Amino acid sequence: MEITTLHYLVVAAALFIIGTIGVLTRRNVVIILMSIELILNAVNLNLVAFSRLYGLHGQVFSIFVITDAAAEAAVGLGILIAFFRNKETVNADEIDLLKF
Amino acid sequence: MFFLNHIWVIPLLPALGAALMFFFGRKLSKSAVNFFCVGAVVVAFAFSCFTVLQYTGWAAAHNHQPFEKIVYTWLGSGTGHLGYTTASGGAADFHVDAGFFLDPLSAIWLLFVTGVGMLIHIYSIGYMAHEGGYYRFFGYMNLFMFSMLTLILGNNYILLFVGWEGVGLCSYLLIGFYFLKKSATNAANKAFIVNRIGDAGFILGIFTIAWYLGSVRFTQVNEVARSGIFRIGDPTLTLACLLLFVGACGKSAQVPLYVWLPDAMEGPTPVSALIHAATMVTAGVYMVARSNALFVLAPNAMKVVAIIGAVTAIFAASIGLVQNDIKRVLAYSTVSQLGYMFLALGVGAFAAGVFHVFTHAFFKALLFLGAGSVIHALSGEQDMRHMGALAHKIPTTFKTMLIATLAIAGIFPFAGFFSKDEILWQAWASENGAYRVLWYIGYATALMTAFYMFRLIYLTFWSPSRVEHEVEHHIHESPKSMTVPLIILAFFSIFAGFLGWPHSLKGSNRFEKFLEPVFAREAVESETRGKEAQLAAGKKEEEHSNPTEYLLMILSLGAAFAGWGLAKRSYGKAAEGYREPIDQIAHPAYEVLYNKWYVDEAYDYLFTGRRKLGPVRLGVMGAGDAAWAFDANFVDGGVNGAGWTTRLIATISAWWDKWIIDGLLVNGIAFVTRIASYPVRLIQWGLVQWYAFVMVAGILGFVMYYVFR
Repeated sequence: MEITTLHYLVVAAALFIIGTIGVLTRRNVVIILMSIELILNAVNLNLVAFSRLYGLHGQVFSIFVITDAAAEAAVGLGILIAFFRNKETVNADEIDLLKF
Repeated sequence: MFFLNHIWVIPLLPALGAALMFFFGRKLSKSAVNFFCVGAVVVAFAFSCFTVLQYTGWAAAHNHQPFEKIVYTWLGSGTGHLGYTTASGGAADFHVDAGFFLDPLSAIWLLFVTGVGMLIHIYSIGYMAHEGGYYRFFGYMNLFMFSMLTLILGNNYILLFVGWEGVGLCSYLLIGFYFLKKSATNAANKAFIVNRIGDAGFILGIFTIAWYLGSVRFTQVNEVARSGIFRIGDPTLTLACLLLFVGACGKSAQVPLYVWLPDAMEGPTPVSALIHAATMVTAGVYMVARSNALFVLAPNAMKVVAIIGAVTAIFAASIGLVQNDIKRVLAYSTVSQLGYMFLALGVGAFAAGVFHVFTHAFFKALLFLGAGSVIHALSGEQDMRHMGALAHKIPTTFKTMLIATLAIAGIFPFAGFFSKDEILWQAWASENGAYRVLWYIGYATALMTAFYMFRLIYLTFWSPSRVEHEVEHHIHESPKSMTVPLIILAFFSIFAGFLGWPHSLKGSNRFEKFLEPVFAREAVESETRGKEAQLAAGKKEEEHSNPTEYLLMILSLGAAFAGWGLAKRSYGKAAEGYREPIDQIAHPAYEVLYNKWYVDEAYDYLFTGRRKLGPVRLGVMGAGDAAWAFDANFVDGGVNGAGWTTRLIATISAWWDKWIIDGLLVNGIAFVTRIASYPVRLIQWGLVQWYAFVMVAGILGFVMYYVFR
């Protein structure tokens, strides 16, 4: 069986949905961040997959996304540590200061 | 010229004596006090005699100018900072010198002040010998001499005022000499306060003169006044003269400010003699006579002076008729005689007024010193009801006092006859008799004077003895230092009048001639300017041969003898428990006179507020109370009303601000916003994951929409 672009896109879509469900359902912020990485990687997979069809732009773009993901993870974890120091929790249910 | 150029030595001597007493008096022995204080006055008197003698020579060579010696500038800088324009338009510079001034008028005062002062100082040696505060007494007396001499010799009104205040102070200190006695301190306060009223008028008068005439120096004031730029009856000058006369009323005890003088008898008797009879109280006469150039320009002020003088004369004499305290009788007599002097000044007979001052100084000082001698002999008894039959026990005192009484009663040829008669004649003759009613008053006063003075003599010396027994044993004639001054004063009481022997009795009236340079100028000036201004000297010379004058003389002699006779009839046999003749004839009149016309009571009602009508004070105090009530109720009511209204408005405003502006508008809008925001808030529950879920659901929704459309 030949691996076509569609297969990549299905895997990417699966990854994206898993990531999205993780972001929406898990309570631990660390895991939410990990799920976001999954979403980003699903996007990367899509970009790389499409680059087979439309040239190298997609791959270059994915490198940017990886950089961005690394930066985002660093910032996200930094915020999380600062938050943990204040609230002594990483549970997203208890992080509800954004209301009102 | 030595004495004239060193005229400042005269006041300086007693000033030094006073300073010595105040700083070292406590340590000095009595003889040292005598040496310095009495010595200072004796030397001052000798110096004064030589000065006046030298002045007469100098004046003859200098057209009878006043002698002026300016020592230094006291006030005023000469830089023009005190310059101003007078009300009459000229440029003036406020300037006061410490300068000395001698003219015939001040020369007369100088001589009798130092002369009588010296005798009274000598008398005090004996009188005060057993008193405490010996050095203090002489210190005050010397301070008084200094002030009085400053008053006399000052060359301007300001310096005169300095002396004026100085004698007032000394008067206060000496009246309150027995300061442990409540009545003495009260009397001192009374004298001081009543004098303040006069002084306020006096100083306003000085200001008016400085403002209107541009100078306070006598020579300049006279020059301006005589220059003819003011018309007779000038209202401002009249005001100035009246203000000056207010001052004179205070110092010279005229109605209505005379009340302090009878009370001033609380002081030691030599003080009564020196200050409250012979010298200080004549300062008012001196000041008015000194201002004669102004007064002749103010005929209305002169009229006031004459009327006040006449009223005072008869009023005080009527009180003197029934008083029992020997010194009080003399005090009222002094007030009455001062009234005569002002009567003379008021009718324009300045020289006659001054002449009466001069003769009065001797016989009144003598009367007081004699009274002091009587009191001394009776161990302090002053009530004439407890005297009598002293004529042979204290003969010197009796004889000298009798002479003084003859003098004051106006019996020929004693001193008082000439001066009093001259005044009465001038009152009769002035302005062709316009003041004749004043002559009647003066004549009645002369009768009363003779009566109360002989009443004093009969009750004290001739009537049967009413002296208490213990006292009777101690009666003794006073020591030499007391009797010698009496004898000297008696000599002058007889002969001083001869200086003014009138032309009508083939005399030369040297006294008036001596004063001519001071007053006669007025006569010349005023006669050239019109007839309203009255005056003395030359004008009446020819009238003096008038038979009316002889008639008046005989009439006043008759009055004197009538008074004597009445007194003899009433008191010649006054035994224990005698009744006053006035009491027998008209009891209510006696009560009124005995209580001094209730003037003190009236003043208590009207001015001091010590007497009330129930709880209400009357007069000035009542006006004050009324003003206070007005202030408290109306003015303060208005103020409080305004405050209350403001507060009410503020309360309403605060309420409005709090409930309408803040409550309804500001907070109300916020509240509505808050209420309205509740539904919106509900979806903002803060859980990031829900936001993400909604977002995803939204995206899914849109995607679905586009996919299945």
